[in-house]
Amino acid sequence: MVPITTFHYLVVAAALFVLGVIGVLTRRNIVIVLMSIELILNAVNLNLVAFSRMWGNLHGQVFAIFIMADAAAEVAVGLGILIAFFRNKETINVDEMDLLKW
Amino acid sequence: MLFLNHIYLIPLFPAFGAVTMFFFGRRLRQATVSAVCVGVIVVAFLLACGAVWQYSHWTATPEHDHQPFQKIVYTWLGSGDGHLTFVKKDGTTAAFNADAGFLLDPLSCIWLLFVTGVGLLIHIYSIGYMAHEGGYYRFFGYMNLFMFSMLTLILANNYMMMFVGWEGVGLCSYLLVGFYFHRHSASNAANKTFIVNRIGDAGFVLGALTLAWFFGSFRFTEINGLARSGPFSSSDIHIITAAALLLFLGACGKSAQLPLYVWLPDATEGPTPVSALIHAATMVTAGVYMVARSNAVFVLAPAAMKTVAIVGALTAVFAASIGLVQNDIKRVLAYSTVSQLGYMFLALGVGAFAAGVFHVFTHAFFKALLFLGSGSVIHALSGEQDLRNMGGLQHRIPTTYKTMLIATLAIAGIFSFAGFFSKDEILWQTWTSEGGAYRILWFIGYGTALMTAFYMFRLMYLTFYSPSRMSHEVECHVHESPKSMTVPLVILAICLLGAGWLSWPHSLGGSSRFERFLEPVFAREAVVLHQEGKSAQLAAGEKDAQHTDKTEYALMFLSLAAAAVGWGMARRSYLNARKDYIEPIAGKTPRLYGLLYNKWFVDEGYDYVFTGRRKLGDIRLGVLGAGEALSWFDIKVVDGIVNDVGWVTRTVATLSTWWDKWIIDGLGVNGPATLARMLSYPARLFEWGLVQWYALVMVAGLLGFGLYCVWK
Repeated sequence: MVPITTFHYLVVAAALFVLGVIGVLTRRNIVIVLMSIELILNAVNLNLVAFSRMWGNLHGQVFAIFIMADAAAEVAVGLGILIAFFRNKETINVDEMDLLKW
Repeated sequence: MLFLNHIYLIPLFPAFGAVTMFFFGRRLRQATVSAVCVGVIVVAFLLACGAVWQYSHWTATPEHDHQPFQKIVYTWLGSGDGHLTFVKKDGTTAAFNADAGFLLDPLSCIWLLFVTGVGLLIHIYSIGYMAHEGGYYRFFGYMNLFMFSMLTLILANNYMMMFVGWEGVGLCSYLLVGFYFHRHSASNAANKTFIVNRIGDAGFVLGALTLAWFFGSFRFTEINGLARSGPFSSSDIHIITAAALLLFLGACGKSAQLPLYVWLPDATEGPTPVSALIHAATMVTAGVYMVARSNAVFVLAPAAMKTVAIVGALTAVFAASIGLVQNDIKRVLAYSTVSQLGYMFLALGVGAFAAGVFHVFTHAFFKALLFLGSGSVIHALSGEQDLRNMGGLQHRIPTTYKTMLIATLAIAGIFSFAGFFSKDEILWQTWTSEGGAYRILWFIGYGTALMTAFYMFRLMYLTFYSPSRMSHEVECHVHESPKSMTVPLVILAICLLGAGWLSWPHSLGGSSRFERFLEPVFAREAVVLHQEGKSAQLAAGEKDAQHTDKTEYALMFLSLAAAAVGWGMARRSYLNARKDYIEPIAGKTPRLYGLLYNKWFVDEGYDYVFTGRRKLGDIRLGVLGAGEALSWFDIKVVDGIVNDVGWVTRTVATLSTWWDKWIIDGLGVNGPATLARMLSYPARLFEWGLVQWYALVMVAGLLGFGLYCVWK
C-alpha cells in the first residue's frame, strides 16, 4: 500500500486541468466548453487545497473559496452571454460563433 | 503751251471712260456707253493733235532747240528729296526716283498720233461690230483701259512709268482676248497671252533695273545723256549688253518675236477690233517703241544690236512661212503681224531706227485696216472665218473689198503704197549695213517679202476673187457692213494712200521728211554708227560714198519684183479656187505643208519642254513636270518623314504603355498592395473569430512560458 502524498493530489489536479483544457479546445458544444472551464477551475481548487494541507495553514483553502465565488459569477455571466447569443444565432456550435472574424 | 502743260490729260480721259464703265457701265444704255467711251478717245485724239502741234512750235524755239518736252506731275516711286538711295555699279549712291512724268519728243509724237488716231477709228468701228454682242459696256471699258495704258506707256519719261503702261496693256490684252470667256479656246488663249507676255515682262524689269543700277537713274533723258557721253570700258559694255538683251527679251514678249510669239496667233480668239487695235497697231508696237527709245543704250552694245537684227529677220521669215498655209483669215493676218514686227526689229537691229519706226507707222494703218476689213468680211458672212468657205465677195461687199485691196497692196510692197516705202527702206538699210555675213539678213528679208506678197494675195483671191465656196445660208445673207464699220475702213485707206508720201526717199527726189522729223531722237546714234562703219541710218540728204543711188534703185526694183512674183504665184494658184481646192504646197510637198500647217510644231514643243502638258516618253518636263517632281518629293520624302515621325511617336507610345502597365502599375502600384495582402494573410489569423483557436493560442503561450521558466 502506497501512502497518498501531496504529489498524488497534484497529479490528479493536473489531470483534471488537462482534461479541462482539452475540453475547452476541442469541444463543439459551447455548454460543454463552459463546463470544461469549470473543470479547470475546480482542478485549480484541488491544487490549492492540497497545498494548504501541505503547508499546514488555511491560505490555500481561503483562496479556493474565492475561486468558487468567482467561478459562480463567471458561470452566471457566461450563461447569460450564451443565452443572448443563442437568441440571435440559434446555434450552440462554437465553430459557428465567428461574428468577430475578419 | 496749254496742251503741253496738260499732257497728262491725254491718258486720263480714256481712264475716266474705263472707270465710268467699271462703276456705272451695267446700268447705261448702249448709246450712252458708245458716247462716253468713244467720246473720250475723240478728246484724247484732239488733245494729242494739239500737243504735237504745240510741241513742234516749242521745240523749234532756240532755247529748246530740239529738246524733248518733259512734264513731271509728281514723284511716284522713291522720294522727292532724294533720301531714298541705292548704290550704283561704280559705288556711288544715287537717289531712287521714278516719277509720274511725261515725255514728248518726235518719237512719242508719232506714236501718240497713230495710237489715238487708229484707236479712235477702231472704237468707232466697234460701235457697229459689237452692237449685237453681250457685254458691250465691258468691251468698251476694257478698250478704254487699254488706251490709257498704251498712252501711259508712250508718254512715260522713265522705265518704271513705262512699265505701268507695259503691264496695263498686257492686262488689257488678257481681258480682251478672253472677252468671250465662256469659250474654252478663248480663255486658254487669254491665259497664254498673259503668261507669255509676263515672261517678257521679267526681262523688261531686269533690264530696266540693270540700267538704273549702272547709270543711276530711270529717266530716259538721263540714261540717254549718260550713254552718249564718255567712253565705256569693256566690262561696262558687257553690263550694257546684258541690260539691252534683257530689255529686248521684254520686247520679244510684247511684240511677239521668236521664242515668245506663240500668243499672238491664239489671241485672234478675241473680237476682231481687239485684234486690230492691240495686236496690229498698238500693243505689239510697244516693244519696238521701247527699243527705239533705248537706242542710245543699244548702240553701245553691238552684240545686242546683232541679236535684235537676227531675231527679227528669223521671226519674219518663220512667221511668214506659217502664214502661207493657214486657213483662218485672222490667223493669216496674225502671222503676218508677227512677220512684219520681225521686219521692224530687223531695222532697229541694223541701226535703221527711223526706217523701223516708219514701218511701225505704216504697218499700224494697213494692219488695222486688214483686221477691220476681215472683221467686216466675217460680219458679212455671219461669222464664217475659214478661207476655204469664202469666195466671190468682190462685188457683194465692195467697200470692204476696195479698202482691203489697198491695204494688201500696201503690205505686199507695191510701189507708191505706204508699205513699199517703209519695207524698201528697211531692206535698203539692211543691205548697206555691216556688210559681209549680214547680207544674209537681206536675203532673209527679201524671201519674207516674197512670201508676204504671196499669202496676202492668197487671202484676197480666196476671199474676193475666186468662185464662191460659201454655204447656201451664208450666201443668202451676205451684206455690206453698216456705216459705223465701213467709214473707218475708208478713212484708214485714205491715210494709207497718203502715208507713203511722208517718207518719199531722197534717192527718188523726195525729202525723207519722216527721217528728218526723227532726227533729234536718232541722229546722234546714227553718227556714232556711221563713224564705226556700221549702219546707214543717216540724216536726210547724206549718203555714204560706197552706196550709190544705183544700188538703191536696183534693190528697189528687186523688191518690186518680189512683190510681183508673189502676186503672180498667188493668182495662179487661187484665182479659180473652187470647192475642195488643193493648196499648191500641199500638192507638191505634203510633208512641208504638214510642217507649216502645224506651225512647225512649236506649240507642241513648248508643251513638251516648258509647260509639261505632254509627256516625253515617261518623264514630264516643264512646269507641270516640276510640279510632278515636287509632288513626288512631297509624297515620298516629306510625307515619308512625317510618317516616320508618326511611327516613332506610335512606338514610343507603345513602349510607354507597356512601361506604364507592367512596371508602373504592376510593380509600383500593385506591388505594395500585393505585399500588403501577402502580409495580411498571417495577420488575419489574429481575428478568425474562432474562440477555441484563441484559447489554443493562449495555452500555447502559457506552455511556452512554462517551458521557459523550467529551463531557466
